[in-house]
Amino acid sequence: MSSVHVNRIIDRHGAERASLIPVLQDIQDDYNWISEPHLRQVADRLGLPLSEVYGVASFYRALSLEPRGKTLIRVCKGTACHVRGAQLIQEELERQLGIQAGGTTEDMAYTLEVVNCVGACGMAPVVIVGDKYFPGVKPHRAKKLVQTERDEE
Amino acid sequence: MRLGSVKELEKRRKSLRKARDGVRRRIIVCAGTGCVAGGSLDIYAALVEQSRESGLDVEVELEACGGKRGKTGPDYMSASGCHGFCQVGPLVHITPDDILYCHVKTADVPKIVDETLKKGKVIEKLLYKDPTDDERKQGREDITFYNRQQRVALESCGVIDPESLDDYLAHGGYQALVKSLTEMQPDDVIDAVEKSGLRGRGGGGFPAGRKWRSCLAAPGDVRYVICNGDEGDPGAFMDRSIMEGDPFKVVEGMTIGAYALRSSSGYIYVRHEYPLAVQRLEKAIAIARGAGLLGEDILGTGFSFDIKINRGGGAFVCGESSALMRSVAGYMGEPRPKYIHSTEKGLFDQPTVLNNVETWVCVPPIIDRGAAWFAAMGTEKSKGTKAFSLVGKVNNTGLVEVPMGISLREIIFDIGGGILDGREFKAVQTGGPSGGCLPADRLDLPVDFDSLTEAGSMMGSGGMIVMDDRNCMVDVADYFIKFLIQESCGKCVPCREGLVQMHAILERIIQGEGRPDDIGKLEHLADAVEAASLCALGKTAVNPVRSTLKFFRDEYEAHIKDKRCPAGVCKALITYRINDNCNGCTLCVKACPVGAITGKKKQKHVLDTDKCTRCGACEAICNQNAISVE
Repeated sequence: MSSVHVNRIIDRHGAERASLIPVLQDIQDDYNWISEPHLRQVADRLGLPLSEVYGVASFYRALSLEPRGKTLIRVCKGTACHVRGAQLIQEELERQLGIQAGGTTEDMAYTLEVVNCVGACGMAPVVIVGDKYFPGVKPHRAKKLVQTERDEE
Repeated sequence: MRLGSVKELEKRRKSLRKARDGVRRRIIVCAGTGCVAGGSLDIYAALVEQSRESGLDVEVELEACGGKRGKTGPDYMSASGCHGFCQVGPLVHITPDDILYCHVKTADVPKIVDETLKKGKVIEKLLYKDPTDDERKQGREDITFYNRQQRVALESCGVIDPESLDDYLAHGGYQALVKSLTEMQPDDVIDAVEKSGLRGRGGGGFPAGRKWRSCLAAPGDVRYVICNGDEGDPGAFMDRSIMEGDPFKVVEGMTIGAYALRSSSGYIYVRHEYPLAVQRLEKAIAIARGAGLLGEDILGTGFSFDIKINRGGGAFVCGESSALMRSVAGYMGEPRPKYIHSTEKGLFDQPTVLNNVETWVCVPPIIDRGAAWFAAMGTEKSKGTKAFSLVGKVNNTGLVEVPMGISLREIIFDIGGGILDGREFKAVQTGGPSGGCLPADRLDLPVDFDSLTEAGSMMGSGGMIVMDDRNCMVDVADYFIKFLIQESCGKCVPCREGLVQMHAILERIIQGEGRPDDIGKLEHLADAVEAASLCALGKTAVNPVRSTLKFFRDEYEAHIKDKRCPAGVCKALITYRINDNCNGCTLCVKACPVGAITGKKKQKHVLDTDKCTRCGACEAICNQNAISVE
């Protein structure tokens, strides 16, 4: 069964090859991931082999082929963050959440991701929870970040 | 409001300038990514509300500042893009008095309104404190971070309201486009860019004028202009700030380029990680379109041009021009061989000019003030100025723009205010993952395209990451190799597999299992990866290893022979200990995630090295310097 919403996204961009990435990005934004039926629907509407669509979807890191947690926690590991101790913060968050970077908690509440530089180097090291930026994070504050976030839930 | 002709635009500019001249004070709240994270949007809203409540004449639109007023004229309050000094944000700047308030909180707003805006007094405690002499400095004129800079690309960043075409026009925006359309033939524009000596700011340093000319000479009816806003180098955020802080100038630069190249269609490819930049550019494009500065028949001159925004997909390789064009067309971002020139066969196989953000915003001032003005700055082969993001272990981190040819020492020690916490400078990393690390004895090197390449690093897009004696160079080299393994598109085997092998060797060294011939193996692999990869990502991927081997070989040897990490970073080779500075505050006892530290209040604590996972939590929380790393 094809999704009406996905059809709308495709209509908005036009059913052509150059729209493939914007269409997948919009699906990602709206659903938080791209499911197999959605991939098939895009392939079908754009007249492309599924393998092509899958290839593109798996190439770009911003697109996820697996469901992600409700809140995305991103640890910036750009060079500036790295030299100011981002590795320790990543490890602390992994410990707190009980998952490895790239993983999602069992209750689907959080996905922890490592990103290569968000361009906020003046505030290194940076952690982004949802769309909120936390500057100058220290390992013991990383612990608090998760706790506060949990309390707010 | 649609501006149907050049005359209408100039009329509008005149009336806006009149309004601007009547403004008593301009209060600018930074709304770059950094300051927004610090709550600057709330600060702005509170400032407007509270100053109006207290009876001040406040306007938030430039247009509204005109008309009949009291004796003094209104205060014009607006948000702006990044001021470049993110570290001390949120920032509030008041002109013409040149008062820069740092670390402003919403709670400071009543005081700013009462003391500064109403009584004209400067609030000492909100001023910038110079780390070198602990003195408070009032404004940009007094702060060395700013007063040693020369801003061209960043000129209006942090000065104008990025969402206001009016403000841009009052600041001379679109003067260059008008000049191009009315006084210059397309070829004259290319001549000017060529004469200015402008070289691509994205890393390659290719002369922009020559690129434009070869695109124009290529056969084909359709031509494209592309703005590369896929600023992927970790540690660099100049382009982000420009897109967020001066989006109309990006649009104007591209429009001038399109006129010169007789192109009617342009694309801006923005990094996925820069949502605010996308938002500001989208707004600028929509406003410019509505004003008749984009779209059909621009300013009634018959010239038509429009711009589309593409969001990146989080792939570093898409910063490479041919990969970026593949991505815009809807494919995986895989680069292609360099012998196919994108000026001839670029986007959709049509002649295309691709320049990065900083290059495009240099175009309007070059046209407006003349090629000679631009060429008078910088060195013989690297003209103009260059923006850098000065970050890492330096006192003043942020965006700096300086004339080419200035020394690394001036940037790091004068503008940057030296090394954080008084530690020792070890290296500066320039050029992103394709660049290298330069040691202290290279600090007097002039910063230009050719000198940096000669020294074994490169200019790159302008990231400058300062490292101190607590940064391990083997770890840094491994960091970049890991980064590039993730980001390699996988097309060429030497890059895809060679980097993995280099990483395996580096990892071995970091784990204290390095073998005597590992350095030789790394060098051998580096040669192969460089020689046999197709694009710049692979060809330059080995630079971080090469440069650290060249300048910091002793550190590699310490890891391999002595099983020691001199910087105290590599976990397998270090031990944490509690020294006599410990005053028994129990902070570290609570911070330790594995319960390796025990001790009572006011007694020296004990660290169980067997339990310790070397996570560094104790060192980070200790304020007595009582944790030693050996």
